[in-house]
Amino acid sequence: MFATAIIVFREVLEASLIIGILAAATRSVPNSRRWLIAGLLAGLAGSGLVAAFTDVLGSLASGVGQEIFNSIVLGIAVLMLAWHNIWMSSHGAALAASAKSTGRNITDGTSECSILLVIVGLAVLREGSETVLFLYGIAASNDGGQNAMLLGGLVGMLAGIAVGYLLYAGLLRVPLRWFFTATGLLVLLLAAGMASQAAHFLIQADLLPSLAAPLWDTSAVLPESGLPGMLLHTLIGYDSRPAGMQIVFYLVALVSIFIGMRLVSRPRRKSFSK
Amino acid sequence: MKRALITTLLLPFAAFAAGILLISLLLPNVALAAGTEFSLVIRDHQFEPAELTLPSGTKIRLKVENQDATPEEFDSFSLNREKAIAGHSSAIIYIGPLAPGRYPFTGEFHSDTAKGVIVAQ
Repeated sequence: MFATAIIVFREVLEASLIIGILAAATRSVPNSRRWLIAGLLAGLAGSGLVAAFTDVLGSLASGVGQEIFNSIVLGIAVLMLAWHNIWMSSHGAALAASAKSTGRNITDGTSECSILLVIVGLAVLREGSETVLFLYGIAASNDGGQNAMLLGGLVGMLAGIAVGYLLYAGLLRVPLRWFFTATGLLVLLLAAGMASQAAHFLIQADLLPSLAAPLWDTSAVLPESGLPGMLLHTLIGYDSRPAGMQIVFYLVALVSIFIGMRLVSRPRRKSFSK
Repeated sequence: MKRALITTLLLPFAAFAAGILLISLLLPNVALAAGTEFSLVIRDHQFEPAELTLPSGTKIRLKVENQDATPEEFDSFSLNREKAIAGHSSAIIYIGPLAPGRYPFTGEFHSDTAKGVIVAQ
């Protein structure tokens, strides 16, 4: 039961942290909650589908279909997070104003909301499909003790959701002055981490060279199997044994999104300061 | 407003198409790059062989065949690899080039019985 709880916790935690950050970051975007829930539901439906077709997916592209699928999903998520962050930095001032005076609305939050739907949907899809596969395996086996294991799964799921909620609640307590900087930074690191993971899958599929693997090994100090390593893995893309190519992807995503944010926020800032 | 929505929804599909295109360009390289192949079998939630000796310093194409009806996940922190394998199917995992040493792996879904180690020499 304990082992089951940990496996499910690991899978749920990642999606939960991503949702927690995005829910906080878009708190003053009108209708964002509705879109977030729609993304969650779409992701759950999608993860059922992906789990059901694991064998088909796995046999595609000479046996590396799963890696290609994961890297495409991650790649799209990186693009969406980049767009989100750049959109946020161009609307940050207006959003901050509307968070202070609830009466005012943001002119156009629709594009931002549909991005939210895609990001949340993809995060749930990727992590959810493995959870569904795992729980299906338990339910399908006749080993006995299934109920205890499914209960463990439930405990792990609730614990994962709780950690994401804690992050969300914590972020909402950040003073408004720093709020958009804090969430912007978190989303930036999240996107860079996902870019590194996408590279990881392409290396595993032998579609990308690893460029020195591993570049370093910190598994003795900060293993990814432990909770701190697990949290850092999702939040900043920590990898205890990264390949050089992962670092290249990480830095390229980090720098290009950062430049994008700077480019859009500079002219806007002038027009907002009276 | 409507246009922004359409653009947003189109973007993932454009990105998806670009990804597919990129991969189809890269795919011919898979066959070329395929290293030495080794196989593992999962039966009754156990790996066979439980200890697999591999050459170090070269890329390995590891084929894992899951003969059980239930899905399994090949998982190894030391190899930095993770892959779900459906019941009654096989998966290909590229590993290495490895430095000489021992690299434990587990079947995450049945980690009490599904344990093994790769020994790179």
